Amino acid sequence: MDRKYIGPLLFAAGMASTLCCDFLHALDPYVAQIIMYIGINIIMTASLNLVNGYMGEFSVGHAAFMAVGAYVASFFSVSILPHGPWSAVFFPLCLLAGGAAAALVGFLIAVPAFKARDDYLAIITLALIMITKSVFENLPWFGGPQGYSGIQKYTNLSWVFVCATATVVVVRNLVNSNFGRGIIAVRDDEVAANLVSVNTKYVKVLAFVVSAFFAGVGGGLFAHLIQFINPRTFSIIKSTDFLLMLYLGGSGTLAGPILGAAIWTILLELLRFLGIWRFVVAPVALIILMIYRPLGIMGGKEIKWFRPHPPFPSPPGEGERIKQ
Amino acid sequence: MFIQQALNSLQLGSIYALIALGYTMVYGVLRLINFAHGDVFMVGSYAALFLAVSLHCPLLIILPLTFIAIGALGVVIERLAYRPLRNAPRVSAVITALAVGLFLETIMLATVGPEPKKFPALIITTVYSFGSFTTTNLQIMIITVSIVLMMAVDLFVAKTRTGMAMRALSWDKTYAPLLGINVDRIVSVTFALGAGLASIAGIFVGLAYPVIDPYMGIMVGWKAFVSAVIGGIGSIKGAVIGGFLLGAVEILSAAFLPSTFKDMIVFGLLLIILLFKPQGFFGLPVQKKV
Repeated sequence: MDRKYIGPLLFAAGMASTLCCDFLHALDPYVAQIIMYIGINIIMTASLNLVNGYMGEFSVGHAAFMAVGAYVASFFSVSILPHGPWSAVFFPLCLLAGGAAAALVGFLIAVPAFKARDDYLAIITLALIMITKSVFENLPWFGGPQGYSGIQKYTNLSWVFVCATATVVVVRNLVNSNFGRGIIAVRDDEVAANLVSVNTKYVKVLAFVVSAFFAGVGGGLFAHLIQFINPRTFSIIKSTDFLLMLYLGGSGTLAGPILGAAIWTILLELLRFLGIWRFVVAPVALIILMIYRPLGIMGGKEIKWFRPHPPFPSPPGEGERIKQ
Repeated sequence: MFIQQALNSLQLGSIYALIALGYTMVYGVLRLINFAHGDVFMVGSYAALFLAVSLHCPLLIILPLTFIAIGALGVVIERLAYRPLRNAPRVSAVITALAVGLFLETIMLATVGPEPKKFPALIITTVYSFGSFTTTNLQIMIITVSIVLMMAVDLFVAKTRTGMAMRALSWDKTYAPLLGINVDRIVSVTFALGAGLASIAGIFVGLAYPVIDPYMGIMVGWKAFVSAVIGGIGSIKGAVIGGFLLGAVEILSAAFLPSTFKDMIVFGLLLIILLFKPQGFFGLPVQKKV
């Protein structure tokens, strides 16, 4: 069979099975819950991968984009959009609104990232988390420090599946486009990328905006899954979780974030019988993995399926300009 | 009023500065942000609590004992977790540091429990009033001991052979070993010193704000990291000044605004400083070469 049909077929199969699970309740609710968490974690980790993996920055502020997305999406679904038996059809609008708001914040944070890199960018994104948390604590119409409740449970397996697939596909197509190779060029050497006329500012803005958008969507899904959010949910600890998943799987690859999110989430569930000690075992496992495989499970390689095939053609002249 | 706030700022600032020294020294020698450092500070606080409650040690014994014990912990962490990764990509080391921090938090959580613990008052507090402001012997002790320690670190790095080796290593880590500097030994000394200073800060936090819990290292650790960055990471003078600056901003914003705005002000200020001085106050600008 031609390889180009495999992707759509897999998507159709996944869509059919998630729809079945949602409408026929074929799955144990606990298992469904875990799968939805994995899906949301994949969205978050794959979008973080765009900035931390492909662009080689060290952003620790992903939970802030998630928080903005969660709050704005919940605000739309609770206060703006009509309620009724069919109100779930407006759910994508809420997710898009959350994503757009997060993308706006991503745009704002990309501006200081023009100059700062590495540790300084880590600090700026850390500041973003603290400021976001503080803002949501002080805004009265979001429930303040007590949190935001009354959110309907709109998130189901199908929505998580669609959004996770969209994230992975967009990231894949972006980093394999001419423009996306600019993102990788920024990681490899920013000065050299500039010299071969990659517009590094534009590249950074776009990477941050796309990454933040999907983080916002993930936040919206998350809020409509746990139905109660408060500013402390999205602390630096949440960001650390995504960083761990990303580097566990292997940054800068497509399969890495998916594997990392799935393994970390499942591992913590499987170790539940250890009680509190599972949180002791998990970091030790991560340290040992880092020592023996410093680039994560994927180690900078890519599973064949995730490589676009055939490679995207470059318009004449364009490829020469981007290639170093 | 002003002197009162200044004293409170000095007290908080000296705690941040003590922790920031550990960040900045490790960064100077290894170019590694030791994200576990805030949790080492938390473990130091618990170690002091253990010495005080279970072994009934007086403060004069607790200070050096904790310094040595946590210094040893720092060396062990470096030996087991960071040394195998010394030539690995930087980001693997950073993730390992995050994992070490998580490990320290959770092992404390699993062994002593999540509930906050009261730190015993180890010295009898005397309050001195000078008209418009009051201070305590505790506050004076914290500020004095911290400043003495910072001056000692500065002297150590500036005057001793080991300190010279540390500076050489942070100047150029390729050529320093060629001149006969034992890199492993210097890195161990750096970690021991940094962790020891953090544990002293842990004792001071226990004494001054007498409740400790396993998560207290996260926020304080990040803020100390911010101090180190404001001052210019890698610079000892910068870490001290950054710590005092952060303490002052935090105390002053808490004094004039609702306390929920505190973090917003601190980190907003940080952003503004970094916009205008991207290398911090004393950091050397990095020349990038292709």
